[in-house]
Amino acid sequence: MLSFLLQLVQLLLVLLLAPLLTGFVRTLKARLVGRRGPSPAQPYRDLWRLLRKEAVVAENASWVFRSAPSLVFALSWLAAALVPTFALDLPLLRAADLIALVAILGSARFLQALAGMDVGTSFGGIGSSREMMIASLAEPAILLVIFTISLFIHSTMLPHIAGFVLAGEVGIRVSLGLALIALIMVAIAETGRIPVDNPATHLELTMVHEAMVLEYSGRHLALIEAGQMVRLLFFVSLIAAIFAPWGIAEASTAEGVGLVGIGLALYLGKVFAGGLLLALFETGIAKMRVFRVSEFLAGALLLSLLATIFLYVSQSL
Amino acid sequence: MTDEGRLETFVRGCEAVPGHRPWPRVRAGRAQWRALADLLAKTEWELLALWAEPAEVHVALRDETTLAVVSHPCPEGRFPSLGRIRPGAIRMERAVHDLFGLLAEGRADDRPWLDHGRWPVTAPLGKERAPRLGPPREAADYGFLPVEGEGLHEIPVGPVHAGIIEPGHFRFHANGETVARLEERLGYVHKGIESLMQGRTADEAARLAARVSGDSTVAHSLAFARAVEAAAETTAPPRADALRAVMAELERIANHLGDFGAICNDASFGFIHAHAMALRELVLRAAGACFGHRLMMDRVVPGGVACDLSAKGAATLKRLIAEMRPRFEALVEVYDNKPSLLDRTVTTGVTLTHLVHRFAAGGYVGRAAGRGMDARKVPGYPPYERLDFEVPVLIEGDVNARVWIRFTEIGESLRLLAQLLDHLPSGEVRRSVPGRAGEGLAIVEGFRGDVLTWVALDGEGRVRRCHPRDPSWLQWPLLEAAILGNIVADFPLCNKSFNCSYSGHDL
Repeated sequence: MLSFLLQLVQLLLVLLLAPLLTGFVRTLKARLVGRRGPSPAQPYRDLWRLLRKEAVVAENASWVFRSAPSLVFALSWLAAALVPTFALDLPLLRAADLIALVAILGSARFLQALAGMDVGTSFGGIGSSREMMIASLAEPAILLVIFTISLFIHSTMLPHIAGFVLAGEVGIRVSLGLALIALIMVAIAETGRIPVDNPATHLELTMVHEAMVLEYSGRHLALIEAGQMVRLLFFVSLIAAIFAPWGIAEASTAEGVGLVGIGLALYLGKVFAGGLLLALFETGIAKMRVFRVSEFLAGALLLSLLATIFLYVSQSL
Repeated sequence: MTDEGRLETFVRGCEAVPGHRPWPRVRAGRAQWRALADLLAKTEWELLALWAEPAEVHVALRDETTLAVVSHPCPEGRFPSLGRIRPGAIRMERAVHDLFGLLAEGRADDRPWLDHGRWPVTAPLGKERAPRLGPPREAADYGFLPVEGEGLHEIPVGPVHAGIIEPGHFRFHANGETVARLEERLGYVHKGIESLMQGRTADEAARLAARVSGDSTVAHSLAFARAVEAAAETTAPPRADALRAVMAELERIANHLGDFGAICNDASFGFIHAHAMALRELVLRAAGACFGHRLMMDRVVPGGVACDLSAKGAATLKRLIAEMRPRFEALVEVYDNKPSLLDRTVTTGVTLTHLVHRFAAGGYVGRAAGRGMDARKVPGYPPYERLDFEVPVLIEGDVNARVWIRFTEIGESLRLLAQLLDHLPSGEVRRSVPGRAGEGLAIVEGFRGDVLTWVALDGEGRVRRCHPRDPSWLQWPLLEAAILGNIVADFPLCNKSFNCSYSGHDL
């Protein structure tokens, strides 16, 4: 019973926390460049404003265009709910397989790209084509990272991985370090952050994700924005769950309530530390040329490949 | 150089028009105009501007030694095209046709330019001004160049953009991400400034000249004021000349800082953007405190300047210079040590030196690609002849070079300001302009490049005709060339490094 309750808490937590993380990163970035910036709560207000606005839909839009926002949001939310954040003993976590998560995100991206092309504007097409180019390079990299991890732990289930790391059965390994860097690079590309994409740009010709969703407005746009925020939280949580699972409560018995509380506090700490690092990184770098993205993601692929090779080399010694 | 290849020789062979100052204006008959076209094909003379009156076209030309206006009367409404020889004149001829109904024979492009088919009249400034018949033309009804070649697709952008910028339509023919052709369509902010100026007093028209392009308000006001003063055979008092230069340099610094920040922001490097904008704000506040208007609009007027600089104001500006320099240099340091940023700007959007010369493009566009023209040096105007400053020239022609030209110019402008403030002449700041007939031409250096203004006054000192030519006329076409072979996603960066004026061009 308690585990169902905790699952419900996690579902709502990721939904409510996601705008705060995005707002936190925006505020920090503004402070870092010397501006005052909006309050971290601004994304909540933006979403609320968009939800109350009328959704304007192009005349030639099909059902794909109209249904994509809800589906993309639902898939992103599901993915975020599947990652162990502060407790391990949750009913949904039985489905938290890394390969399944990649598939869920891949489906969301596929729907989004379809919707981008649906109306037939040139920007939607440009955005979808660029997004697919990035995805085609990011997905192999993330799968290779998963492969490396599963070679260690003999499982692709997130709760097992987190439990394994928590049990202290892995020390500091070169392979894991390489896999971490590769995963961070993929996460930057997947969440559309600088230097791959700029979520704050007004230049339609340079956009990737924003170009795909340029035609959306009102509640559709609110769902897409919220989905994007949840996605950022998902990647921060995923990296935390695999590489820094410390504090995640393993059992949710009545005595474990205190542990759950500690897990929750630590999780929040990890999320905001992730946000801080992201803001620092984004402030210090300019966006790269579109064609450098392939080199960037090829780098991620190479690192994850090296991680696998190192693993075999170290085992054979 | 042979005698024949000199503009002076050609000018001497034509009938001089009296009352045009400070450079000569001559009238060329049909045969002479055709000879001029042949000479333009053979020589390096620069075609600075082409404009018209209801029955005459004018062209401003320059070679190493001479500057002159050549006019060709065309009572039949036709004149031989110069645009087929000098591509920089093509859009000017199209604009002349739209505004005056004068047709360039053998023109390279017969599509309208400023007239989008939605004015209530046709040829609004010409002899044949007539109400437009039929319904207004659809916005999409324009003969864009066809997409030629396999695998190319078309990307229309604008005129309404996602950012808060002026309207302009850009049509890309792209092969994947690589740009195979860019076609611009402008004219969306046509305000009819030339027509509004006609019949107004010089002071009234000066307010319109100040609004040709808001970011160059000092430069356009200055060009207009100097043209009116030349036409009326008067000059501004020395203190007014110095104050005009102070305002012009402040405007240059503020705009270059804004461009620097915006270029970095287009590469998603927000740090420099935020700090450059803060510096720009310092300049604008100082200008507001000293001259009563942040952009110094309507402060330069025919006969002098509209407000004096107090001793307190001069001290404010000196403090500004002292504060600016280290902060600005620190920002340049950040720019130059940021490989991810330089990776975006170096080798992006290269303008070729021969095109820059062919189009006589001024400002940072020309100077970044080897054309070192600066109206403050050549032909020069007071008070710059007594001031010490350098005109930077680079040859790379890429976005990075245009950024560096701006850096150097900001430094030089700060030096100029210090010199000006140390030796401000005393005395009056405005003289009344006598109301007499005459024609005047003025070229001044705005932040974008040389602003050329031609004014004809009637006997009461009212404007008979005025043509303010923004430097953007000669720079917009080069943007089409600079983007070739680059990727679509780099266009905003190239465009921002050009930062051409839509308003100044659309008139």
